[in-house]
Amino acid sequence: MLGFLKNPVVVTVEINMNLVALTVMGLISRLWGLSYPRAVVFDEVYYGQFVSLYMKRIFFVDDSGPPFGHMLLALGGYLGGFDGNFLWNRIGAEYSMNVPVWSLRLLPALAGALCVPLAYQILVELQFSHCAALGAALLILLENSLITQSRFMLLESILIFFILLAVLSYLKFYNSQRHSSFSGSWWFWLLLTGVACSCAVGVKYMGLFTYMLLLAIAGLHFWHMIGDQNFSNVSLVCHFLARGLALVIIPMAVYLSFFYVHLTLLYRSGPHDQIMTSAFQASLEGGLARITQGQPLEVAYGSQITLRNVLGKPVQCWLHSHMNTYPIRYENGRGSSHQQQVTCYPFKDVNNWWIVKDPGMQQLVVSNPPRPVKHGHIVQLVHGITTRYLNTHDVAAPLSPHSQEVSCYIDYNISMPAQNLWRVEIVNRQSDTDVWKTILSEVRFVHVNTSAVLKASGFIGASLPEWGYRQLEVVGEKLSKGYHQSTVWNVEEHRYGKSQEQKEREVELHSPTQMDISKNLSFMAKFTELQWKILTLKNEDTEHKYSSSALDWITMDTNIAYWLHPTSGAQIHLLGNVVTWGSANVAALVYTCLSLWYLIRRRRKIYDIPEDAWQLWVSAGGICVGGWAVNYLPFFLMEKTLFLYHYLPALTFQILLIPIVLQHLGNHLCRSLLLKSMFSALIVAWFSSVYLVYCTFSPLTYGEPSLSVTELKDLRWKDSWNILIRKQ
Amino acid sequence: WDETHFGKMGSYYVNRTFFFDVHPPLGKMLIGLAGYLSGYDGTFPFQKPGDRYEQHNYVGMRGFCAFLGSCLVPFAYLTVLELSKSLPAALLTAFILIFDTGCITLSQYILLDPILMFFLMGAVLSMVKCNSCANSPFSASWWFWLSLTGVNLAGAMGVKFVGLFVVLLVGLNTIYDLWDLLGNLSLSLVVFGKHLLARVLCLILLPLALYTAMFAVHFTVLNKSGPGDGFFSSAFQARLIGNNLHNVSIPEHLAYGSVVTMKNLQMAGGYLHSHWHLYPEGVGARQQQVTAYLHKDLNNLWIIKKHDSDTDLSDPSRPVEFVRHGDIIRLEHKETSRNLHSHQHEAPLTRKHFQVTGYGINGTGDSNDFWRIEVVGRKAGKLIKVLRSQVRLTHVATGCILGSSGKTLPKWGWEQVEVTCTPYLKETPNSLWNFEDHINPKLPNISLDVLKPSFAEILLESHMVMIRGNSGLKPKDNEVTSKPWHWPINYQGLRFSGVNETDYRVYLLGNPVIWWLNLVTMGLYLLVAVSTAVTLKRGVQLTSELKELSRVVLRGGGQIMLGWLLHYLPFFMMGRVLYFHHYFPAMLFSSMLTGITWDTLLKFCAGFLSPSTTARKVYGGGFLALVLLILYSFYLFHPLSYGMIGPMASDPSSPMAGLRWMDSWEF
Repeated sequence: MLGFLKNPVVVTVEINMNLVALTVMGLISRLWGLSYPRAVVFDEVYYGQFVSLYMKRIFFVDDSGPPFGHMLLALGGYLGGFDGNFLWNRIGAEYSMNVPVWSLRLLPALAGALCVPLAYQILVELQFSHCAALGAALLILLENSLITQSRFMLLESILIFFILLAVLSYLKFYNSQRHSSFSGSWWFWLLLTGVACSCAVGVKYMGLFTYMLLLAIAGLHFWHMIGDQNFSNVSLVCHFLARGLALVIIPMAVYLSFFYVHLTLLYRSGPHDQIMTSAFQASLEGGLARITQGQPLEVAYGSQITLRNVLGKPVQCWLHSHMNTYPIRYENGRGSSHQQQVTCYPFKDVNNWWIVKDPGMQQLVVSNPPRPVKHGHIVQLVHGITTRYLNTHDVAAPLSPHSQEVSCYIDYNISMPAQNLWRVEIVNRQSDTDVWKTILSEVRFVHVNTSAVLKASGFIGASLPEWGYRQLEVVGEKLSKGYHQSTVWNVEEHRYGKSQEQKEREVELHSPTQMDISKNLSFMAKFTELQWKILTLKNEDTEHKYSSSALDWITMDTNIAYWLHPTSGAQIHLLGNVVTWGSANVAALVYTCLSLWYLIRRRRKIYDIPEDAWQLWVSAGGICVGGWAVNYLPFFLMEKTLFLYHYLPALTFQILLIPIVLQHLGNHLCRSLLLKSMFSALIVAWFSSVYLVYCTFSPLTYGEPSLSVTELKDLRWKDSWNILIRKQ
Repeated sequence: WDETHFGKMGSYYVNRTFFFDVHPPLGKMLIGLAGYLSGYDGTFPFQKPGDRYEQHNYVGMRGFCAFLGSCLVPFAYLTVLELSKSLPAALLTAFILIFDTGCITLSQYILLDPILMFFLMGAVLSMVKCNSCANSPFSASWWFWLSLTGVNLAGAMGVKFVGLFVVLLVGLNTIYDLWDLLGNLSLSLVVFGKHLLARVLCLILLPLALYTAMFAVHFTVLNKSGPGDGFFSSAFQARLIGNNLHNVSIPEHLAYGSVVTMKNLQMAGGYLHSHWHLYPEGVGARQQQVTAYLHKDLNNLWIIKKHDSDTDLSDPSRPVEFVRHGDIIRLEHKETSRNLHSHQHEAPLTRKHFQVTGYGINGTGDSNDFWRIEVVGRKAGKLIKVLRSQVRLTHVATGCILGSSGKTLPKWGWEQVEVTCTPYLKETPNSLWNFEDHINPKLPNISLDVLKPSFAEILLESHMVMIRGNSGLKPKDNEVTSKPWHWPINYQGLRFSGVNETDYRVYLLGNPVIWWLNLVTMGLYLLVAVSTAVTLKRGVQLTSELKELSRVVLRGGGQIMLGWLLHYLPFFMMGRVLYFHHYFPAMLFSSMLTGITWDTLLKFCAGFLSPSTTARKVYGGGFLALVLLILYSFYLFHPLSYGMIGPMASDPSSPMAGLRWMDSWEF
């Protein structure tokens, strides 16, 4: 305890000036003139709206990825005191004074700047020379595309930062494994790996690829440990459990916590409510909760209800009917029953109200005590305003002739009897005696006579023609193929009917529901629903003007114009450093060929390079080439709209490979002194060309200074680049 | 059901009419051959499922498929026997395949799947046989099995592109093999080179040769024009007897006033097309759609007019004026009298390009209707030849080039192909066109000998068309389709014939007991394999018997498992419409794995009960129980494949109601 009395307290600090210098340079290159241009740049228009929603605590769903990245951006806004009042509608729009541009862009820029020292550290941990590490860091520093991407409110630089952090901490962990297992720093780096991985996944799903790569590498390393007889069985199990905890369980927990924070922050209803189920909507403040708060829970005979289709696509809609009838003949000559139309209507309306009636009784009010409707019960549904019965029969539906028409029955005294009995089937029941519950129960209505199922057509273009007021078609589906959401309905608004007379009832239907019981979803239920919606929600992927195919990326045949000054020729492009991209490709090629060559020679027991050099070569390649491959190749299988910036994580790994290959070539292939010095001279020359290209393109990276038309034309090195030139 | 499809194609072979299908030709050729030999005359129309065959002789075709389907059982038996050296394992596998209702149903009808599975299993069997001949390389039997593998690979590829997966399996196995040989320092590099050459010869060159030969036969047999013509280029069509381009005689040089069709030069490019529909709101300007359409149609006709004069060119007294390279022309759509038009609006799908529309009334439009016509590699003033000239149309006002992006438009565009005007001046076949039909009464018709394409060109073209067709089979909005994860759990079958209660109904569904047994075994196998691998890696000393067992589990089981993975996982990434029967190749592998795994498991268990009599009893009893289980379940479910009549199973009074274990089955 009192050791400091005997020995003085000594703090020795070792500062790697290389690292400090690199960090400072990184910060300068990324932070310089950060709030210029003071206008919405490219995808800021997309992420900005979410930041605004965070500031206003309004719930939203973004199908592009999990919420952690958005939250980090919002944190920047929060620190800068942003109130969320800005209309994000147009790229190039001038920011108003209340938008703290600098702090909104700060976090991505910091992440981008820190990638530079991270790259340095990774190469050091891979046991390459400081010179090579310095080279890698400088290449990252001078990469125009990485600079552009990290200077705006975008997510890629954050993603790359977490990816590199995860790789670095795994390497640190692995290197400390050799001498000190289960020590403090061992645990620290192991846990940091897991956390960084889940952060990467939390920013964008792309992070999953690197996570998988690290898991595979960890698995491989553990496999070697199994073969090592020095470990006892018990210590192996301990190692296994520690890795499982840190690399699987903790990332999952962290990932869940992102959603927890997300859902706690966003408690107000907003524009994306309708995608979610009624139960979810009811848990948000405002919106549906205002209406449904205090409804009776159990649907009883005599209940007045609105029925929402669970599918919610292309728009949410409610079962609806109105006074008009189906036309006797459709445009294509087919006939109809000429009975009252039943549709699915995307807006709240008094005509959406239906009354649940017991077929055996005449009354339309709830008895005292209420008799709840259970799974398997047979009911009639009475339209509230017109008091006609929901009916289906063997007449072809207006738009889907293979299905039955659904109508509200009008007795024309012809040979078409009413068939208005429906069996209630609760899809998500726990037991067969479950009671039909408001909001929570998902119900199918099976027609008793024909066993057709009530269904909202739900495909794009299912809206009826003029005679049906462009409302959506509802049909009786005869061949119901298993479970489909379009055949499932849930009760949204609900009250116990009290009025005996039709006139009173109409008044009652117009009045808002009010009673009180509150329902709350558990966090896990909300999480599962939100996660599922994020994964399955599909935007129509129309091609974007600057979208590109994955094959264009290696050769950088494409660019993205981010911003153009409204008057001068100043502009910002996502455009990489041509020399770096080219050399990275060459490095990858050289690496693959050399590895194959060594591998085949080693198989024949010919060893060209010493064993430890070979190990270095393999582990470095595993991370860099592996990282490049897992972050690039999957895009060939994806069908979404792709942009050049999707390639940046892969590119980062590929850049790290350049100094590795160079050092290997210098150490092992240049045998004579003359060759070595020539090689160094070449590297210096090549490096200066990288710097020159960086300088040449920096006007397009930083947006300053503005260039003249001829200068811009000179910069168009490839015909496929889309550099904006104003017409004189 | 799909008999309508493949049966019809069999008839096409018998009638020698050309058609187009997304699968390679071997399967249909074999069906056609079987039909031909058994006396089928190719006249049955195969219009819709459920039509009666009446007097047509269809048994030959069905019998052929059924025969190939039943060959699967001995193949699987031999494969497992070779891998595990255990008779019970092989018998178990054979039993599973004999009594699986799904396999029975699938091989009873005129379908491609039994043929595909036949070749696939054949390839696996001969690969395994070849591996066990490894001790005596270059012997006669080694050569035999190696080349047989190649033949079967060609067969599998020739039936469906799914055969590619078995090619992959064999390829991986061969690489593993070669790697082994390379590490064997007792072999000189020359011997290794021989090994390598032998494999290249038998597994790459031989299959390729057979595959091309197959297409050669396909193209020679089908020499009459048929329903598939429009998918192919003008040059291709000229080969077909009966096509309007065969021994064609049309005016040779393009003149003003001619009525023409224009075909895009890319593989499977369509005809320039327009119709009375407008682009929907929000998609560029609301003007008439211009698309590329693969079928021949009156709406493909365009009239060539001068850009500046609107005089009636059909006036017979006027002298004929030829169109020359570099002229500025106007193209008027014959049916709707609108001009081909472009302007600086975004194209519907390819946003970087400009929209192309039909504009103007009765041929009067504006200056955005002017196009400069240029022939590739020609000087100004030269005449333009029909069919042979590759033509580029440059929009005069914006400088963009008329092209077809190859993307399919959504519903509003009738799923035809997008036509755009590209501002990038790249030289690709997308932006080149040729004139195909040419009608001008004032010009003399000349018999043209169109440049006949070489065989390699036809081969390449037909492949491009097939790939295009395959990726075009996308599910429609909201259509309920089968998902890959449904398959191993036997979630939902496929209705083969009969819908109503009175019909004779056949339902394709695996025997659930067998399928679920396969599924459970998959998990068991993983468990066994991992524990064996860990034990070996920890260096635990094993008895020679156990060593042999672990070799079977890791090497033999691993091969089969790899086969299953290769035939199953890729479906998760496919965008096209998937059906339940796509799983059957993978199911074969999983059945073989079941045989091997249970055999090893029971042997392990028996090994623990040391007294040899009890051990044998446990082993035998286990097998007997499994076989009886399979037999009984077959007894329960056999009506599925042999057909059932009566009320639907969802009706509780049906005899099958008790068997409806899952709500999603609909028999």
